[in-house]
Amino acid sequence: MKVHVDMEKCQHYGQCVFEADDVFSLGDDGKLVYKADVDDSRRSDVESAVDVCPMQAITVE
Amino acid sequence: MKVLIVGAGLAGLRSAESLRGVGFAGEITIVGEEPHFPYNRPPLSKDALANGLTIADLEFKRRESIADVTWIFNDSAISTDYQKQNVLLDSGRLESFDVLVAATGIRPRRLKVPGAEKSKFSLRNFMEAQELRASMLGARKMVIVGAGFIGCEIAATARKLGIDVAVVAADPEPMFRPLGAEFGRAMRRRHEAHDVSFHMDAKIAGYLGGDSATGVSLESGEEILGDLVVEAIGSLPNTEWLAGGELDLQDGVLVDSSMRATAPSDLSVYAVGDVARYAFDLFDSTPRRIEHWNLPTETGRRAGKSIAHFLTTGEVLAEPVNFVPSFWSDQYDDNLQSFGILGIADSIKVVEGDLMGDCVVEYLRGDNVVGVVGVNTSAKLAPYRKRFQEIN
Repeated sequence: MKVHVDMEKCQHYGQCVFEADDVFSLGDDGKLVYKADVDDSRRSDVESAVDVCPMQAITVE
Repeated sequence: MKVLIVGAGLAGLRSAESLRGVGFAGEITIVGEEPHFPYNRPPLSKDALANGLTIADLEFKRRESIADVTWIFNDSAISTDYQKQNVLLDSGRLESFDVLVAATGIRPRRLKVPGAEKSKFSLRNFMEAQELRASMLGARKMVIVGAGFIGCEIAATARKLGIDVAVVAADPEPMFRPLGAEFGRAMRRRHEAHDVSFHMDAKIAGYLGGDSATGVSLESGEEILGDLVVEAIGSLPNTEWLAGGELDLQDGVLVDSSMRATAPSDLSVYAVGDVARYAFDLFDSTPRRIEHWNLPTETGRRAGKSIAHFLTTGEVLAEPVNFVPSFWSDQYDDNLQSFGILGIADSIKVVEGDLMGDCVVEYLRGDNVVGVVGVNTSAKLAPYRKRFQEIN
C-alpha cells in the first residue's frame, strides 16, 4: 500500500509513531520521516495512525 | 441487531468504524445534535478562529465500511427507557436499540453570574467558533474567563489577530490543574511576553454592560473591560438523558475496561470518549474521566470490539485499559505535548532544558514517572509512552 503524509498539514506531533513505529518516526530535528511503500500486512496499524493524526494529514491507498 | 450511538463526534465515529472493523453486520444508527458529520475539534481554538476554516476543512474522513450507517443530525437524546430499550429524541422520534453507546461528550460549563446577556461566548463546537471569530474580528480587546488550555489557546490566537487580551481565572496560575504551579507560572510568563495580562485568584461577581457585555467585575471590586467575553471554565458531561436507570452518572458514565456501563442488570449500555469514566489500569484503579485527544479513538475502538465480542460469545471482554492519555496544545510558536496522567503526580522534574524554553518535564508520583510534558520536544517524548505501558 502507498502511504502519503501531507507535509503542509503535518505538525510533527508524532502520534502516528506510536501506532506504527516501523513506518513513521521523528528525526533528531523533530521532523516526521515516513515510508511511502508499506507492506499490506501493516494496514491495520497504519490505519490507526491515520486515525490518531491530530492534523488528519495521513492518507493510505 | 441494532446499535444506537448517541453522539456524532470522534468517539461515535470510531465506535462505528470499530464495529464494522470487527465484522459487526447489524444496523448502526448515529444521532448528532449538530448538522455535521464528525469533525476535528482541536483546531476550533486555533486555526478556525485565526483563519476561519470551513466545516469541510474539519470533517474527519469516514471509512467506506461505515457507508451504510444511518445518521440523524440536528437531534439530541432527551431520555432513555431501559426496559423498552429506546431513546426519546428532542424531535419526538423514538429510536430503539439492542445496544446503546453513549458518545454525547461534554458541553462548556457556564458562569452563573448576573449582568449582560450578549457578547458572551463559549467554545466547543463549530458554530460557537464561527460566532466567536465574527465577534473577535471586530474587537480591540477581549476578556477570557478561565486559564486552562482552551482559554490559553484562545488568548494566543487573539494576540495573533492583534486583539488585546485579559485573562481572568480562579486558579493561581494558568493551566494550573494539569501542569502545576511551577510550570503554570512559566507558561504565564510566555503569555505575558506576548502582552497578555492575567488576573489570577479572581472571583467573577458579574458581567458589566447593559445588553452586551463590556467586561466583568470581580469580587475584589476590580473591573476588567473588553469588547467581548469568552468563558472557558471547563466542561460538564452530557449524561442527563441517561438518568432514571441504574447507571453511575456521578461524573460521566462509569464503565469497565470493555467500556460497558457498570450496572447491576445487563443493560447493554456502553460509553466512549469524553463522557466515559473508567480506570486507567496502567496507572491505578481509580476511575477517571479524562478529555484528552487520543481517548475518543481508544475508547471507541475498545467499545466496538467489546460489543462484537459480547454479541458473539455472551461474555464481557476482559482486557485491561492500556491507553496512555495524550494531548497537545499550540500557543504562539510553542507546541506542548503530553503523555500520561499529570494530575496524579506529586512532584515534577525538569529533565531537559528549562521551563521558559524548550524542555522535557517529568511528572512523578513518588519515584514513578506517571506523566511527561514537552515544549517543542515531541521527538524526545516518544520513549515515554512505551515506558508507561511497561512500568506503572
